[in-house]
Amino acid sequence: MPTHITVKGLSLYYRDNCVLKNLTLDIERNEIFTIIGPANSGKSSFLQTLNRLNDLHAGFRKTGSVTLDGDDIDGIEVETLRARVGIVFALPFPLPMSIFDNITYGPRMHGERQKKVLADLVEQSLREAYLWDEVKDRLHQPAMQLSGGQQQRLCIARVLAGQPEVILFDEPTSGLDPISTARVEETMLILRDRYTIVLVTNNVAQAARVGSRTAFFLMGELVEVGETKNVFTRPTDSRTDEYVTGKFG
Amino acid sequence: MHQTRPSVTLRKIREWCIERVIFLCGITSIVIVVLIFLFLLKEGLAVFRHVGLLQFLLGKSWYPISDPPQFGVLPLVIGSVLVTLGAAAISVPLGVASALYIAEIAPRRIKEILKAGIELLAAIPSVVIGFIGMVTLGPVIKSVFHLSTGLTALTGSITLAFMAMPTIVSIAEDAITAVPRQYREAAAAMGATQWQTTWRIVAYAARPGMLAAVMLGLGRVIGETMAVMMVTGNAALIPHSILQPVRTLTATIAAEMGETVQGGDHYAALFAIGIVLFVITFAINGIADLYLHRTTRG
Repeated sequence: MPTHITVKGLSLYYRDNCVLKNLTLDIERNEIFTIIGPANSGKSSFLQTLNRLNDLHAGFRKTGSVTLDGDDIDGIEVETLRARVGIVFALPFPLPMSIFDNITYGPRMHGERQKKVLADLVEQSLREAYLWDEVKDRLHQPAMQLSGGQQQRLCIARVLAGQPEVILFDEPTSGLDPISTARVEETMLILRDRYTIVLVTNNVAQAARVGSRTAFFLMGELVEVGETKNVFTRPTDSRTDEYVTGKFG
Repeated sequence: MHQTRPSVTLRKIREWCIERVIFLCGITSIVIVVLIFLFLLKEGLAVFRHVGLLQFLLGKSWYPISDPPQFGVLPLVIGSVLVTLGAAAISVPLGVASALYIAEIAPRRIKEILKAGIELLAAIPSVVIGFIGMVTLGPVIKSVFHLSTGLTALTGSITLAFMAMPTIVSIAEDAITAVPRQYREAAAAMGATQWQTTWRIVAYAARPGMLAAVMLGLGRVIGETMAVMMVTGNAALIPHSILQPVRTLTATIAAEMGETVQGGDHYAALFAIGIVLFVITFAINGIADLYLHRTTRG
């Protein structure tokens, strides 16, 4: 599979505090690349670097390079980059408006005005996020009335409506019950066919269930990366073994 | 052996007393409002022995001391509304924009300076603002528009706009700051520019609070008396443009109360004006309250 995102010698800092040290790895097209590791291992910081959301934090800086399809992400206009690389956060945060408006918000912001196009986009995104059947009769009700799991899938639909190439998931199920978690995981597995997915998770089992390849981060360092089943069954580093079998972390 | 602790009954009585005292403190303001309203009604309704309600509200002439006197408050209501709308047209865009600037864009140090400045603006007594409006703004308006007097509805609007600003800015700023950080991140993640985030997401989410800010600001404008009396020229005539002198409801009460006979028709008419004002401000505050307590949900 061709490489989609290339990371070379990436280090991340908040003020003088180095949170990620000299990371080099490739993320392939149409894979679910999962990142596991204990708290403060730099997983989320890395994820938020991929669409430059880190730039919003004061005192953030980075060295090294990240390229998307061969283009340096610092060379891409940041709004365009964020449309190409969508993100789903840990806690679902629907905007205070209807379900329909939540999804059309991004497209309308980028200039789409035609009602037909928008309506099609809403249906398509909601179907892809496996939410359509549950909400098709109440698209114009406030999004806040949905359950937590539905809200999270709405946030996924919202990202899909922006027609991204890459979707970042930042611990997307940490606030959800097991059934909602299972639905979000199913959604990710289906989305893999059309998108490149990077998943950061605290839930080791989740990485094992959905990952194509898995990376283990510890204290800002990449300990190990490889096929998910290899990382879980035959890890090369003893620290990985201890983490995935639950001996620490 | 007697216990040294107060007995159970004594403690119960103390609890009961404290509860009552707190209850009384809490209810006082409501009681006072009700009493004021009842007093207004008692004094004001007497005027309707001589004038019909419609005649009072829609009458075009306010000649309280001619014979027979005419008590038509329409010119005064129009004067108040005109000055208030003018003040709104100036203070709302300016106030909302500066709240957005302070909350979203300004660097920390400028933010602190601006906030302090706005609080200071709120602390200036209205008579001082009125005085400045009269001696500096009036002549400017007069020469710019080639008028015979600079004391017009427009002068009043501009003066009052600066009195409404502090309320609007500080409440709107609170509303904007209260918008959850996650909305901003979500907007940025969807590829919004800073301006799009500020205008379409943050301002949108803060809408109820901002509307309340505007309403409370305008409530202050419509109830303002001293400044408006000094700068609007005080002619109780229906104005044909914003460049003519007007007289507001509040100014009428303040200016004429000293000349009335207690219990007379004129006296009652002024109280009836008070009722009109009370109803207007009550409505404005009510609407503001409704929006202020509405959650940001949907």
